Amino acid sequence: MKIRIRILSVLAPLIALFTAVLICSAILNFIDRDPVETFRSMFEYGTSGKSIVSIINRSVPLYISAVAVAVGFKMGLFNIGVEGQYLLGALLAAAFGSYFALPPAIHILFILFVASLSSGLWAGIAGYLKVKKGIHEVISTIMLNYIGTGIIAYLLAQVFFEKDENDSLKVPQTNYLPESGQIPPLNNLLGIEDLPNLHGFLIGAIFIGIFYYWLIWKTSLGYDLRATGSNPIAAKFSGADPAKMVILAMLISGAIAGMVGMSGLTGYYHRYTIDFTSGLGFVGIGVALLGRNHPIGMALGAILISFLERSSQILDLKDVPKEIERIMQGIIILFVVIGYEIVRRYVLTSQIKEASKEVLNE
Amino acid sequence: MSFALKVINISKSFPGVLANDKINIEIPSGTIHAIVGENGAGKSTLMKIIYGMISPDSGKILVSEKEKKFSSPKDAIKAGIGMVHQHFMLADNLTVLENVILGIENATLRNINKKKFKNEILEISDKYGMPLNPNTTIDELGVGEKQRVEIIKVLYRGAKILILDEPTAVLVPQEVNELFENLNNLKNQGVTIIFISHKLDEVIEIADGISVMRGGKHVGTVDAKTVSKSELAEMMIGKSLPKIPKRTSLPTNEICLEVSSLSGEKLDSKEPFKDINFILSKGEILGIAGVEGNGQRELTESILGIYPLSQGTITVDGINIDNMATRQRRSLGINFIPEDRQTQGLVMDNSLIENAMLGRQNKDMYKTRFKSVNFKNSRKFSNKIIDQYDVRTPNSSTLALALSGGNQQKFVVGRELEDNPSLLVASQPTRGIDIGAQSLIWEELREARDAGLGVLLISADLEELLGLSDRLLVMYEGKIVKELLPEDATPELLGAYMTGLK
Repeated sequence: MKIRIRILSVLAPLIALFTAVLICSAILNFIDRDPVETFRSMFEYGTSGKSIVSIINRSVPLYISAVAVAVGFKMGLFNIGVEGQYLLGALLAAAFGSYFALPPAIHILFILFVASLSSGLWAGIAGYLKVKKGIHEVISTIMLNYIGTGIIAYLLAQVFFEKDENDSLKVPQTNYLPESGQIPPLNNLLGIEDLPNLHGFLIGAIFIGIFYYWLIWKTSLGYDLRATGSNPIAAKFSGADPAKMVILAMLISGAIAGMVGMSGLTGYYHRYTIDFTSGLGFVGIGVALLGRNHPIGMALGAILISFLERSSQILDLKDVPKEIERIMQGIIILFVVIGYEIVRRYVLTSQIKEASKEVLNE
Repeated sequence: MSFALKVINISKSFPGVLANDKINIEIPSGTIHAIVGENGAGKSTLMKIIYGMISPDSGKILVSEKEKKFSSPKDAIKAGIGMVHQHFMLADNLTVLENVILGIENATLRNINKKKFKNEILEISDKYGMPLNPNTTIDELGVGEKQRVEIIKVLYRGAKILILDEPTAVLVPQEVNELFENLNNLKNQGVTIIFISHKLDEVIEIADGISVMRGGKHVGTVDAKTVSKSELAEMMIGKSLPKIPKRTSLPTNEICLEVSSLSGEKLDSKEPFKDINFILSKGEILGIAGVEGNGQRELTESILGIYPLSQGTITVDGINIDNMATRQRRSLGINFIPEDRQTQGLVMDNSLIENAMLGRQNKDMYKTRFKSVNFKNSRKFSNKIIDQYDVRTPNSSTLALALSGGNQQKFVVGRELEDNPSLLVASQPTRGIDIGAQSLIWEELREARDAGLGVLLISADLEELLGLSDRLLVMYEGKIVKELLPEDATPELLGAYMTGLK
């Protein structure tokens, strides 16, 4: 029984993936491209050493973004504002981190702290508005995204700008982090010097995954969070304070969101520029759905999405429209959600069946 | 005399509960017929059967002397039966007209002939004297007007028999008068009305005939013109009260719970309970009697810190808890069996293991050395409850929602009783469960009392209330109107206090 459910939960996403491949093959066929050749070249390109490093680098922020969203989901909150939260956090962390040098480890921790504090507080605004004014978090976090973008543009242009050599022209980007604030790549450690840099913040993502699992399933705060998420009334009767829970969940979700930009900041850009990677907050919502808010499921989801993004780059050379990858992403997410729902219902009906058998057994 | 509706030998049972036991009721055409009874007496089951929402195990329904079989409310509507639910089913952002025609076959998006519908609606509202502007949106209307829309909606579908489920529960007195006027107009136009209520004053005022239900049985039907309120109360409660088992132990002199001049914050411009004073000793069960909706629920919730107080103090074991949050009160050992276990007492999507610690998740025994949750102890506790209270479940990893209602209830009762509470507030602890489970829970409550637990018991079941309580308080309209001993309780006396006659 239990084993059957386990198998089903693993099978559901695989079937979704398979379905997506089938549908995309049909589309490719329709536009006169060879699906077998297309997928073969995607797979080949996506599994080269270079690509794998790039996929992992991309997965790290996606995964963290998904975890940030999942903290909200677990409590029935939709934090659509991870996007604005992480960008704002990254900017402030870059700005404050570039002002002075500290001993390496401490400097990095300081940067991470600034990022999660500012992102957390930014998300906290949505929590506060929900509790005090009854404003739905979807509305407020979307609005905060816009406001955040505006604030970032202003800060970059007017406050944290970089002056050029003759001290006159303003360049809208922060100064570089000193070396003590940069996280070195893991290549030497892993003995893969010949490959592109594998960002060191991968370790941070692993820690965040473990922290998420511990917080949600092992602490009483997580217990209250999950209880409030599935039955706020019973949670209130059990002593959980719903208002406090909403604010706390938003603060935590935001603090984790603050880590989304950190692999880019500490490992690659080393400063905040207008080119800083954006859009991770939105893709994270899809990854959280794909991974069903599960720490390992989301990791697999992040890797899958990154793999699709990376491997589709070869398509340009093969004269296949790259958009096919977007279609695949959409179909996979859709079918995975449907698949999980089917599994959930199956588990439920089989449990009800078993329980009613017990009632009849005298 | 012609009968609009006859219910013949209708029975319906749910697992462990006989909700309707051979019900026979005849309702003459063009009358207002009230069905009264406590919650759980079987009124709503009967109405659901008449309206085709559930099918009876046996028995017949005759509409205008013709036998009808309903497999869904659609069939009932076709037969001319309409229902106005207690909670309105209206789309707030649509107009009255749009709400009335919603779901009617010939009104599709393509051909909404608003003029025709509007005229038809105005015709009905004129005919029955219920003024309404079809173009107003619902959210601009007051509660009484919304109810009027619901009634017109039903009439528009050709209903000749109207079922109103506790229609006055949501209304203020003036709106009640208006409703009664409307109902009398409807009656004069030949509509038959079935009026469900547990407010005796109202049914005597509005109804022609009154049928009383108790414990799934039809106790009798009386003429509203000749019956007195106390006679009705007696029918609702029962002629003879159950025997009271003698207890061998005695309540102690130690105070468990003391409330003084407790008043709840206003709800719909009314204080749900006012100036409540009582003392509950350790080793005592203090019962609160009263027709539901007289402030018992809010009072119990205020002890847990859920319902806000406007004045008064509560002490438990000599500790003033006025400024404590629910969590702190829980840690003091104030345990609570909520009347609605599925929404207040359980997280249905979680396993029994997780539910076993709900409400006590902050106790030390559910923390490990590293302050994370100790699910081992929670599993142990849930297994203990499952064994001791005969909770029928495959195992403790089963989701709460897979269990039957009675087994969920046993689990909640067990959880609240078995972790050394300092005070137990029990609301309807055995509602909706079978007799075997009921006597088991009663036995457990008695044992806990003998061991020195103070229990505040709220129940609509008089057998439970009289059989368990050492003392009784009667609540009416938010006030304690009487304190008495179960031995001194008679149906007349209880009924009189419960319905505000004394």
